[in-house]
Amino acid sequence: MKVKIKFFASYREIVGKHEITMDLKQGTKLSDLIEDLKCRYPRLQGFTDPIVTSVNKKYARDDVILNDGDEIALLPPVSGG
Amino acid sequence: MIIISRNDFSVGDVLSKIRTSKTGAIVSFVGVVRGEEKGKKLVKMEIEAYEEMAEKELIKLKDHALKKFDVQEIIIWHRVGTLFPGDNIVLIAVSSAHRKDAFAATQFLIDELKKVVPLWKKEVYEDGEEWVEEKK
Repeated sequence: MKVKIKFFASYREIVGKHEITMDLKQGTKLSDLIEDLKCRYPRLQGFTDPIVTSVNKKYARDDVILNDGDEIALLPPVSGG
Repeated sequence: MIIISRNDFSVGDVLSKIRTSKTGAIVSFVGVVRGEEKGKKLVKMEIEAYEEMAEKELIKLKDHALKKFDVQEIIIWHRVGTLFPGDNIVLIAVSSAHRKDAFAATQFLIDELKKVVPLWKKEVYEDGEEWVEEKK
């Protein structure tokens, strides 16, 4: 199955792209994907707090199982206002 | 009304939109780009948003505030893109029958916005740049 992954702010600068598409096995958990991304982009490991994520534009827990077509986003600590 | 835009806002125009026949108080908060941070001169600020999600989160916040406080209308306008010292960043405007509710709702909205809405600010100085992280 294919999922879309978006990166914002400092994470976008680390990855060098705003968006990538990945092929995942059925049953992949969000936490598996995050670990995979940390291996591909080791500088993502440099953050002490867990990486906050969203799935389909909603904040998501690490144990959620991903589905074909999901839009995942990696969200650095927010700083609006 | 929730607006995420590169465009600036007119506080007067926005405040006129939330005035109803039952309004007794209007409170607004405007966030502005400071010209100096940590003793350094700020050249500009870049604001990035996950726009579709930020809009959803702002609508949730607005709905929450409408339930939690006795207020009438709420408008939140957040700018994105490149801003310079003195430029407006965000406007929160709340109308209510009595001032206490409008003040409380405005404080709640800006505090929560800073915690949950996927927006990011990068400060650009003459000698470098830095993504802002809100103090926890």
